[in-house]
Amino acid sequence: MTEVDARSRPRPADGSDPGQAPSKVTIGKALNLGLRAAMERDPKVILMGEDIGRLGGVFRITDGLQKDFGEQRVLDTPLAESGIVGAAIGLAIRGYRPVCEIQFDGFIFPAFDQIVSQLAKLNYRSQGRIRMPVVIRVPFGGGIGAVEHHSESPESYFAHTAGLKVVACSNPVDAYWMIQQAIESDEPVLFFEPKRRYHEKAELDLTATPVPLHSSRVLRRGGTATIACYGPMVKTCLEAAESAAEQEGHDLEVIDLRTLSPLDLEPVHESVRRTGRLVVASEAPGESSIASEIAARVQQECFYSLEAPVVRVTGFDTPYPPSKLEEEYLPDLDRVLHAVEQSLGW
Amino acid sequence: MAKRRPTVREPRGQHGPAGEDAATDGGQRREFYRRMVFIRRFEERAARAYTQAEIGGYCHLNLGEEATVVGLMSALEQTDYLFTNYREHGYALARGVAAGRVMAELYGRRDGVSKGWGGSMHLFDGNARLLGGYGIVGGQLPLATGAALAIDYRGGDEAVACVMGDGTTNIGAFHESLNIAALWNLPVVYVVVNNGLGMGTTVEKASGEPELHRKAASYRMSSARVDGNDPVAVREAMLSALASARSGRPFLLEAVSSRLKGHSVVDPAKYRTREEVEALRTSDPVAALAFRLRDEGELTDEAIAEIDAEATSAVAAAVAFAEASPAPSVDTLFDYTYATPVPNDSRRLPGQPLFEPAPLPRIGADR
Repeated sequence: MTEVDARSRPRPADGSDPGQAPSKVTIGKALNLGLRAAMERDPKVILMGEDIGRLGGVFRITDGLQKDFGEQRVLDTPLAESGIVGAAIGLAIRGYRPVCEIQFDGFIFPAFDQIVSQLAKLNYRSQGRIRMPVVIRVPFGGGIGAVEHHSESPESYFAHTAGLKVVACSNPVDAYWMIQQAIESDEPVLFFEPKRRYHEKAELDLTATPVPLHSSRVLRRGGTATIACYGPMVKTCLEAAESAAEQEGHDLEVIDLRTLSPLDLEPVHESVRRTGRLVVASEAPGESSIASEIAARVQQECFYSLEAPVVRVTGFDTPYPPSKLEEEYLPDLDRVLHAVEQSLGW
Repeated sequence: MAKRRPTVREPRGQHGPAGEDAATDGGQRREFYRRMVFIRRFEERAARAYTQAEIGGYCHLNLGEEATVVGLMSALEQTDYLFTNYREHGYALARGVAAGRVMAELYGRRDGVSKGWGGSMHLFDGNARLLGGYGIVGGQLPLATGAALAIDYRGGDEAVACVMGDGTTNIGAFHESLNIAALWNLPVVYVVVNNGLGMGTTVEKASGEPELHRKAASYRMSSARVDGNDPVAVREAMLSALASARSGRPFLLEAVSSRLKGHSVVDPAKYRTREEVEALRTSDPVAALAFRLRDEGELTDEAIAEIDAEATSAVAAAVAFAEASPAPSVDTLFDYTYATPVPNDSRRLPGQPLFEPAPLPRIGADR
């Protein structure tokens, strides 16, 4: 058994020359840079997935990596999700750190057995003798005019499974650091990428010190009510908060959860103790969801601080609808604000 | 499973609107040509509608596999069942589904074959026994196997055609399905439409056995490979495959053709070399058949132009039908989440609260 050193925090990428860093990058490019940095740092990092090499992936996240690192480290696999994840588990058993790309959220289900039955449990089953430093990257969520299989939010299935870490990035800075932290993690990480936000840009400082992977972050301070969200909903909620400030004079606090399992709810509790009101927003359907879990835990931890029941604003409990109706399905700015109004009006 | 029924029906085939002269060899090829041109024009028009943002989601076209489509579909009986993948517009058309209803489905409109809910990848039509396009690779295979089991269980002489792409032969569901079908002698023909590319990855880079029809050997299943650019050859091969299936011997048929464009409308296919792009020009089955029919005196230039004009005008009518059809109403968003009324089902309209706010507590009220 090859033991892999546990690492704490990723170092700045490639020689830390900020002059070489593009000032503004998209989430997609940030992920690409993060993968590149992780591969340069550790030769045991191997990428695998469908069309990720020559094509650079459907969303071009791995663009150019096969050219620079070779076909041995960026593997174009057959179309076989169960095989991809299963082979990654085998690589991890022998000390490698594979990063699998699942082309679309809905394509993860053929690999569900490997993820839930093997990946999540091997460390437990072997009582720590087999570590599973595997990352599974999943572009998730709707809003790109696609249909089922291509627009889904399956994160709750995995958060429900003990032994897996589940995270979701919402912006280029987090994308860059979180993918590296996920790769350095000795536990399996389901890494959810907000595909409709791939083109969102932000300044990326490669010399900054990243915040820990498993921590949620307050992105906007406010005292009227708290909104907890993740992934693609973060931008929606920030916009909702701006709008509420302009139109209503409300001062909303927005928290990007970032880590969905294990959750980091201390910042949420702290916030709710000040505001007394919580709205949880996600694209995934509400029933038995991350949002439900947060509502349950916050009412337990902050019962005497709550001025209103926790309100969830989520996708509806239907299969993902056709593209003509997805605008109605996805929680938008109006629905987030409506939920805030509900909380305030209670 | 019991061995299957002893009677094997003589294949009749040629389902769908047969041309008036389809009985002769030349007539059959002229009819094939008509159908191929129709699919070609339909798909080109769909691509245009997609770039005009009339069609949402992903849109995969049959461009380059028209000969395979019409050859396969002409071999099926009207009572046979068809399962296919997300590249299925041509199959629906060749199966006799009205072009307007197919186009309306691509447009996501109420008069589409799936009421606008399926879109390009999920065409269904019970009357045509088209039991679905499937948007996830390999999704249709176990289902098609089950439909064949149903035929076998009930007793009947229908067969199931299960169409897939080359990449599908690498996913687990392919092997599970073929094994079950072979073990239980089910009346199903698995058809691999091999265009050499799974999105951008070649068959040679994706499959340990790149001669895909040979994969049937693992299950002692008969198989064959046919030139997918020749509709007559495809039809003949499919007729024998179906005859085999009907007699309880499932079959794996591989039809080899080219995908003339990208994987979907949005794929620029940059993974192709200049030479590969050049080679595609010579592997266009529609153009090839037109040349052959003209050289052999079966079609004049005028007749070819006429066939083209007919197809273009029929496709224009399909587009007009789609455009006139309304989009699904938002108040139907929750319909069919369950098949029957389910107690406590959450039926909420967008904008409605998830739960009505609870009544205010009556502080100090009697206890």
